[in-house]
Amino acid sequence: MLSDHTVSILIFAGIDVIMALSFYLPASAGQLSAGQGGFMALGAYTAAYLTVQYGVPFPIALAAGGVIGGLVGLAVGFPALRLRGLYLVLVTFGFGEMVRVLFLNAPAFGGPGGFAGIPPATTVWHVLGLLLVLVYFFTRLSGSRMGRAFAALRDDEAAAEAMGVNSTYVKLAAFTAGGVIAGLGGALYAHYTLFIDPEAFGVGRSLFVMLYAVFGGLASFWGAVVGASILSVLPELLRWVKDWREIFYGVLVLVMMLVRPQGLLDPALLARLSLRGERVAARG
Amino acid sequence: MFAQQLVNGLMLGGAYALVAIGYTLIFGVLNLLHLAHGEVFMVGAYVGLALALAGFSPWVVLAGAMLGAATLGVLVERVAFRPVRNRGSHVTPLITTIAVGLVLQHVVVKIFGAEPVAFPAPFAAAAMTIGPVTLTTLQLLILGTSLALMALLELVLRATPTGMAIRATAENQTVAGLMGINVSLAIVATFAIASALAGAAGVLLAWNFTGLSPFFGVKVGLKGLAIMLLGGLGNVTGAMLGGLIVGVVEVMSVAYLASSYRDAFAFAVMILILMLRPTGLLGARLQTG
Repeated sequence: MLSDHTVSILIFAGIDVIMALSFYLPASAGQLSAGQGGFMALGAYTAAYLTVQYGVPFPIALAAGGVIGGLVGLAVGFPALRLRGLYLVLVTFGFGEMVRVLFLNAPAFGGPGGFAGIPPATTVWHVLGLLLVLVYFFTRLSGSRMGRAFAALRDDEAAAEAMGVNSTYVKLAAFTAGGVIAGLGGALYAHYTLFIDPEAFGVGRSLFVMLYAVFGGLASFWGAVVGASILSVLPELLRWVKDWREIFYGVLVLVMMLVRPQGLLDPALLARLSLRGERVAARG
Repeated sequence: MFAQQLVNGLMLGGAYALVAIGYTLIFGVLNLLHLAHGEVFMVGAYVGLALALAGFSPWVVLAGAMLGAATLGVLVERVAFRPVRNRGSHVTPLITTIAVGLVLQHVVVKIFGAEPVAFPAPFAAAAMTIGPVTLTTLQLLILGTSLALMALLELVLRATPTGMAIRATAENQTVAGLMGINVSLAIVATFAIASALAGAAGVLLAWNFTGLSPFFGVKVGLKGLAIMLLGGLGNVTGAMLGGLIVGVVEVMSVAYLASSYRDAFAFAVMILILMLRPTGLLGARLQTG
């Protein structure tokens, strides 16, 4: 029905969207994470290890990847309670790097040589299915008590606390949920590429995940969806420029951000499309 | 053995500190992260390479790299920071600088190729022994240059009008502007100084590792970020101290533990310090970004 090439573009774009959503969730509570690649690595290695070493069925391995991502997200959330803004960006950066180095030095996971022989399991339907679940989750979240608490915390932490938002609980929830999503993304990734190595989840990955979400705009989760879809398919569309591709890509992203500093789906555009973002007013 | 490793660590740390100072200067003045700083460092090293291949003396190589990096740094400020300074959120400059970094990397790939290239040694290094420590003249040059540049920076920041303008702008942009300081000019000066130091560090580290690649900036840039955090954001003395600490810890970990962990140590030290002292070693600011 679909050619292999199209399927692979769809799957990778879908995983990029999942990862961008995993960044968006804590970001919607004001918690910027530059370490989503680390959570992705944890999910990928956990799930791959289970299917290869113990022959665990794929759905269970997938869930395990999400659980480990979430648990570590919770653990990373604790230091995050003390840190704000760019400090948090830097610490999560460090977290991602440490995960990478840890797998680099773990012979059980193949070390720098990578982990091979993962059985093929991920299909385009798994990815689309998870995406649908996530879209449903995010649409429900935005109007919920928790979603409102996220937005309140992002806009003004002191004011949110004064209104009775339990910032500790909300921040930890945001980080945990972001970790779960990234872990699931990693598990799907591992069972499609069939080979993973620590470099696939390094700083570059974490930064691109951030890039996708911010490019799309942080005013609504649709920004992450749109941004990641466009930017992960863009290299395919830029094939004609051959080895100028990365330069073109960089210049396009730069120009876009200069023209629309709040991302593609900025609050004004969202209001016009009357998509219900969490908050439609401008924010600083 | 220990004294030798200590000297090696200080040498590496001095060059790291130069990169970290750049991050911390820019952060101190603008409260923003410059994620293409590692690429500015890398481009500086390549400018040095071009000059070295053309047969210029080590001092010309160093000065050229600093000048090239400074020009590029000012350009980056123009393209990626100034247009979004008062628009968008504080995440926007992260993205614009990532994009600029990507472009710079691949422009260098286009010109010099993606493979690592050898960096010619500035002169045939002679070794000398002081007590238990053996130093080559090259090592002496690297250590001496980084220490001299740091001293020069302190002097510029403390005793020149430009330095005063930079410090005032870092303190409070609005008030500095009201006092008659040209804030835009101070910001440009900050970028020029920070980038020149990164260019120098590029050449020093390329001499040290005898080679470089277009992706050289990523690793060193990350370490610079960790060091900035370690020393306290916006704190220049902290960055110097942090750089030396990370250099020594890294060399020691390679000497006494496994070499594959070397890159993790900078971050382990950083996270440890943040747990115990969230403002960094010498920082006094609150950790609000």
